[in-house]
Amino acid sequence: MTLHLILLAIALTGVSGLLALLVPRAHGARVATATLLVGATAGAAGAVLALRGEAVRRAWPWAVPGGALSFRVDGLAAMFLLQIFVIAALGAIYGVGYFSDEQQPQHARKVRAFYGLTTAGMSLLVASANAVLFLVGWEVMALAAFMLVSTDDEDPVARHAGLVYLLSTRVGTLCLIAYFALLRSVTGSFSLDVAALDAARPVSTALFALALAAFGLKAGVMPLHIWLPGAHANAPSHVSALMSGVLIKMGIYGIVRAVSLFVAPPVWWGGLVLSLGIASAVLGVLFAIGQHDLKRLLAYHSVENIGIILMGLGVAMLGRAFGDETLFVLGAAGALLHTWNHGIFKALLFLSAGSAVHAAGTREIDRLGGLSKKMPATAGAFAVGAIAICGLPPLNGFVSELLVYLGLARACAATPGPLFAAGAIGAPALALVGALAVACFVKAYGAVFLGEPRTEAARHVHESGPAMLGPMATLAVLCVLIGVGPVLVAPALDRALVSIGGSGAPVRSAAPLSLLTWIGAPLLFVIAIGVIWAYRRRVASRAQPTWDCGYAAGTARMQYTSSSFAEIIVGLFSTVLRPERSAPKIDALFPAASHFHSHVPEVVLDRAIAPTFRVTGRALASLRWMQRGSVHLYVVYVFAALVLALLVFR
Amino acid sequence: MSSAVDPVLVLVLLLNFYVVGTSRLHAVINGVALQGAVLGVLALLVHSGSVLSVLVALATILLKGLLMPMMLRRAMREASIRREVEPFIDYVPSLLAVAVATGASFAFARRLPLAPQHVGSLLVPASLATVGTGFLVLATRRKAITQAAGYVVLENGVFVLGVGLLEAMPFLVEVGVLLDLFVAIFVMGIIIYQVNREFASLDTARLSNLKE
Repeated sequence: MTLHLILLAIALTGVSGLLALLVPRAHGARVATATLLVGATAGAAGAVLALRGEAVRRAWPWAVPGGALSFRVDGLAAMFLLQIFVIAALGAIYGVGYFSDEQQPQHARKVRAFYGLTTAGMSLLVASANAVLFLVGWEVMALAAFMLVSTDDEDPVARHAGLVYLLSTRVGTLCLIAYFALLRSVTGSFSLDVAALDAARPVSTALFALALAAFGLKAGVMPLHIWLPGAHANAPSHVSALMSGVLIKMGIYGIVRAVSLFVAPPVWWGGLVLSLGIASAVLGVLFAIGQHDLKRLLAYHSVENIGIILMGLGVAMLGRAFGDETLFVLGAAGALLHTWNHGIFKALLFLSAGSAVHAAGTREIDRLGGLSKKMPATAGAFAVGAIAICGLPPLNGFVSELLVYLGLARACAATPGPLFAAGAIGAPALALVGALAVACFVKAYGAVFLGEPRTEAARHVHESGPAMLGPMATLAVLCVLIGVGPVLVAPALDRALVSIGGSGAPVRSAAPLSLLTWIGAPLLFVIAIGVIWAYRRRVASRAQPTWDCGYAAGTARMQYTSSSFAEIIVGLFSTVLRPERSAPKIDALFPAASHFHSHVPEVVLDRAIAPTFRVTGRALASLRWMQRGSVHLYVVYVFAALVLALLVFR
Repeated sequence: MSSAVDPVLVLVLLLNFYVVGTSRLHAVINGVALQGAVLGVLALLVHSGSVLSVLVALATILLKGLLMPMMLRRAMREASIRREVEPFIDYVPSLLAVAVATGASFAFARRLPLAPQHVGSLLVPASLATVGTGFLVLATRRKAITQAAGYVVLENGVFVLGVGLLEAMPFLVEVGVLLDLFVAIFVMGIIIYQVNREFASLDTARLSNLKE
């Protein structure tokens, strides 16, 4: 029953958008969305059943060499499946209002088709227990997502973002194929449902490295995140929500699965994952602060949150290595819960950012402003998401970060050694990340929603319709629900932990989850009162010009901009951020009109990878004569290679 | 395996020469279509009428014998292509090359470690020779439409091998190849149209203008 529901969901979500291509244009959106919603509901029901019952395993023969239609829905898979179906369904509803046929006659059908395929690909790979089947799901997801990223293919920026994404996902798949091939050489089959492997063998290290590269590329771990900012910024917002909320988590899923293949991972594996997590989290949030593009800013926060998830995972692996079950429970539960939480609040943030961007017609933070007056619901939703992502109580981000904190604190209590070092470095790093995230969202929320509109477009915005606000409200409620009642999700976490080798110790025994309800509920009450009071007061308030230093002709553009707000922090970390600025030199009393421009580049892509490509290109210039641009000559090359292969490998 | 297999394979080989030797585009397409249809018959003969082989035969004749030539002819008509083949290498040297390739295939096939029932059969050499011919057409014919035809010939070669080993090779592989081919022709059709529109010519040699 459980598995049938999930298979039905995979099939329905996969065909949803394709089905809509067969019906007349006017009904396309309805058919696609309805099919996807039915599928996602079935899938979510299946995932909930799986979280309540035993793990489901089932296999059918498949004619593909090495393949088998073998499925496994255990606690871990069910957690990811539930997340996929919930976010995909909410995004699809949002898409009805945000990306309709009337507004996007050229792209709407394409986006719906590939949106459904991406969803189906993700759920297939999560449910599969065979490497070939996994790869099929993985590729469907990756390629359909490429089509989604390059939706706006008239725009050269979007095309470039799509190309960078395509290249990195190809490299990732290459690593993945190598990983599965190596795994097969160890276990003797393409089954992913294998018994514990010995981590001490050298081949295990190679397996771990390959998995980290392949899945890290998808997850967007620093420094493999290069595709992520561009892709998230240029995709339609409900696609960004799906990609950032769920798709990059497929990388996390892969890493968790890969690690749980081994009995006792060595200490340095956990240390490496923890370090990668710290690097991603700190650098991700730093780069986010420097961004001027609202969706790009959110994209860098995905890098940050993937970092936090990896930190939790690193703690769990250290717990495994040192035989500390509580440490394992805290780290793994923190990582998995943060996977859910980030999915919820990042989807919420992308959807509400999309609502604002949709209304004002620009993603530039410094061209927005004052949106909360015309779009209070969107502003409220963004605020809830912002508080959640900053890890502040009483919302869900706090709960998962607390679990990771508790794990790091427990590590600090160890005798001096690697475990102590991990805690002593990890805890302050996580605190730094939290503080910087607050700064970043004060900047984003303040510049976009508060103050005065900076442009005419931002002045004439309208609140979005119910199709867009409904999903946002649902996600906001989920943020509050998990934040105030974390005990509700504890059984799901327990199931998931057992399926990755936990001993069955419940999360509640390791962390005071019910205490959070006693703190969170009154806090929520106080906040609600405060909000109502502030709202009443605002209604009664009058608009007054600020003191303008004697300058007679103040405009709304003279407000604090997001870049001026971020300037101090960007300056502090300029060694890593490498901000670029072009300022006019003012040397006369009455200078002419001029321009100021500042920009935080994507350092890894622009300063490391692009130069490497250029140097490689120059080094290989002597082979340029082979590239004649003649199709016929290329065919000859292929033939020559074939003959050569036949001669060499006969 | 029926004794009629080898004569049919000889027909396939002769069609290779026909495709390479003719100067008219329509004849090339006809030759390729006939070769495809012959392959359908071959599938029937090799497996003497099992359900699977009937299915494969029907699909092959439909796709290779009818659908693809139809698409190629339509592309010719719509892009109003001139009817000459325009080779880089002239017809007589091309024919000689096919002859050499056929001879080499026979020599090579003898050295392959084949299953006992395939030793002495024409299946493997015919397949290799047809693949070689496909490559030749791909590499030495100027027009996009002959490239598509060359691709079909190349795949026909793969198909001959696939038919011979159908029971040994998963049916799925063959279906995959057919699908691959169909997509390739489809893409070629689009390219033919686009190249024609952009360059007012279907000469793929002109694509080198796109270099850099």
